[in-house]
Amino acid sequence: MIPEIGHYALILALCVAVVQGSLPIYGAAVGNSALMAVAKPAARGQFLLVLLAFCCLGYAFAEKDFSVLYVAATSNSQLPLQYRLAAIWGAHEGSLLLWMFILSIWMVAVSFFSTHLPEAMRARILGVMGLVSVGFLLFMLTVSNPFERLIPAALDGRDLNPLLQDPGMVIHPPMLYMGYVGFSVAFAFAIAALLGGNLDAAWARWSRPWTTVAWCFLTVGVAMGSGWAYYELGWGGWWFWDPVENASFMPWLAGTALMHSLAVTDKRGGFKAWSVLLAIMAFSLSLLGTFLVRSGVLTSVHAFATDPKRGLFILVFLAVVIGGSLVLYAWRAPRVGLGGGFAIISREGMLLANNVLLIAALGSVLLGTLYPLFLDALDLGKISVGPPYFDTVFLPLMTPAIFLMGIGPLAQWKQASLPALAIRLRWAFGVSLVTAVAVPWLMGQWTPLISLGLLLAFWILATILVDLRERLLQAEGGSIGGRVVALPHAYWGMVLAHCGVAVFILGVTMVKGFEVERDVRMNVGETATLGGYSFRFDGTQQVNGPNYVAARGTFHVSRDGHEVTMMYPEKRRYFVQNQTMTEAAISPGLLRDLYVSLGEPIEGGAWSVRLYHKPFIDWIWGGCLVMALGGVLAVSDRRYRLAWRRKEAAVPAATQMARPTVS
Amino acid sequence: MNRFLIPFGLFVVVVGFLAVGLTLNPRELPSPLVGKAAPEFSLPQLHDQGKTISSNDLKGKVWLLNFWASWCGGCKDEHPVLIHLAQSGVVPIYGMDYKDQRNEALAWLKEWGNPYSVVAVDEPGRVGINYGVYGVPETYVIDKAGVIRYKQIGPLREDILEKKILPLVRELQNQ
Repeated sequence: MIPEIGHYALILALCVAVVQGSLPIYGAAVGNSALMAVAKPAARGQFLLVLLAFCCLGYAFAEKDFSVLYVAATSNSQLPLQYRLAAIWGAHEGSLLLWMFILSIWMVAVSFFSTHLPEAMRARILGVMGLVSVGFLLFMLTVSNPFERLIPAALDGRDLNPLLQDPGMVIHPPMLYMGYVGFSVAFAFAIAALLGGNLDAAWARWSRPWTTVAWCFLTVGVAMGSGWAYYELGWGGWWFWDPVENASFMPWLAGTALMHSLAVTDKRGGFKAWSVLLAIMAFSLSLLGTFLVRSGVLTSVHAFATDPKRGLFILVFLAVVIGGSLVLYAWRAPRVGLGGGFAIISREGMLLANNVLLIAALGSVLLGTLYPLFLDALDLGKISVGPPYFDTVFLPLMTPAIFLMGIGPLAQWKQASLPALAIRLRWAFGVSLVTAVAVPWLMGQWTPLISLGLLLAFWILATILVDLRERLLQAEGGSIGGRVVALPHAYWGMVLAHCGVAVFILGVTMVKGFEVERDVRMNVGETATLGGYSFRFDGTQQVNGPNYVAARGTFHVSRDGHEVTMMYPEKRRYFVQNQTMTEAAISPGLLRDLYVSLGEPIEGGAWSVRLYHKPFIDWIWGGCLVMALGGVLAVSDRRYRLAWRRKEAAVPAATQMARPTVS
Repeated sequence: MNRFLIPFGLFVVVVGFLAVGLTLNPRELPSPLVGKAAPEFSLPQLHDQGKTISSNDLKGKVWLLNFWASWCGGCKDEHPVLIHLAQSGVVPIYGMDYKDQRNEALAWLKEWGNPYSVVAVDEPGRVGINYGVYGVPETYVIDKAGVIRYKQIGPLREDILEKKILPLVRELQNQ
């Protein structure tokens, strides 16, 4: 009965979505406020219905209702409750329900935080989001219904993929989807603006916090996915340029470009058409990501569900949504105008260059991801594009982008002087260059790539210090503390996010440059050394988990005779799918991770063992977290809170533009 | 020409490729063994441990070699297709019980039905390595001369059987 209620709630949600996607947009076109007013209650009603459906599916999992096909396929009676609940998004149908649920959360958020928007704008935004949700609800109800019954019921379920039975996997998909789907808000703003023909600085100012919040979630989501691959796949890597990873990285690149482009539209009224295009791209790539992962067009270590009928549906949906918005863009964007002019050497110019570089990087990732598909479609054979391609194209594109990232915040809007910039930054450049050459040399291993990585990271930090010093000297507020407070949150957010990039680059450079790994065969009692640490293998013992048995190894790790830690890597066999999983043991640290994973047992209690010493690897994810925190800080800026408190339509852009604030 | 149409144009190209991509099967991997002699084996039979089955015994006829295991979920999916094929009697199917427990394999066949003429037992998975098995189930079409003519990775489906395997089998049988 409960699953039927969930199914029915989805059908009702579809009806509400159809209303939400049609009446308010029509009302905005003809100026009928009664029709426009439908948008808000419809969005909230839809949220409640999808919430109900979500709870019904959660209930079916909690109660082990194996008469529901999806529950029987992705859980098992031995699976602990937290993973049974996480199994809601453990496969295709439930992931879609999660996607839909998150879309409805964003819609409700828009309905609450949009009181300051003109009525027509709000109606169009919620209408566009309603149309997106029509597509997803139709998809679920036609070809991937999570509530489909299995009669007669299965005695027990086929269990959740053991790879996904992990705390990180419980929160990674919701985070990622909050980001993916969050770009639907920026997308809806852009389409609404195209429909209404009022693309002004106010539009950019309204879109900015939404875009930034979505970007923060996506940053954390991508980082968590990478962290999951690191500790769960047991290969010690953290990024594989796998199609599914690329699918989440491409919207991130587009979103990053969009945030910066919106800053220009907000402050200077420029880049309007470009911002709209980026907003469309960011969401389109989120949809494309779903298509690639869910249709089985590309093979990947993560491709969990493949079904050609579903692929066809998503492709048609993709064609309608993206194709439709790009046609709308081609039709309306020429009227938008280009905004104010600017010199090449100016903050606009640098942000534009950065945008172009980000989009070029995005294009090369997209090309690399789809290239095997292109060749296959043209019958030129099957190939796979691997990390060598991506590393080769990515580094040359990102190097100038990072360089500009240091200069951009110091340059004036409209027109900046190159010699003046050079003088302001000569110390920053000198210091970062010397450090970048000296540090690896002192560490005893110098390669050009290590130095380049360090140079970029130190360059970011040094330029931030220069910028900070100049601004604090100029700021009003007397004491240092007062001056720090006087600078807007948006500025501190940018500083923090850019520091995050530096931390990230440091992590990547150190790991790539200095990591050590060893594959050894270890007898019980034998010791192996790596990176100054001694690992003594004390044999394995059998451990029983709730739904698996494991051979758990014990390693004593010591350094210079002092015991550092004990490590317990496991080789688990999950009963239901009879699948073996490598559970690596990781001893994390600020300056290094130790990583031990069990390979295969060899006779006499000996095992093949992989040992890694990974310096600074946690900085990779730490950097992402710092970036996301920067985003959060930027969103907490006073001007957005003021905008939300203000009930009447926002102030004309010109009065805001007169304030000499920072992006 | 409106330059604002360029993004749409690019998108149309991508969609075109994605559409073609949908019709292709990513599981259809080219195997270096197709066109080469099938690796020889001589293994104990599942139902009668005393007897062996050898690839040499099968020379002179067209046959299918199906790698399966009782622990494999995909084998359950393709099982009705195999049963259907076995009942039609067009081509004999030889099973290769891959890295499996004998009693579990026997129980599995008893419960779901046995489509195989003979089942060989490859408990250590050595023959699987010689055939380059990615994962079970996998199915090979082997001709009268003992040459592999086709390899299917993953479960067989009716449409693959109808479109690819059966026409190939008939052609090989008429040679």
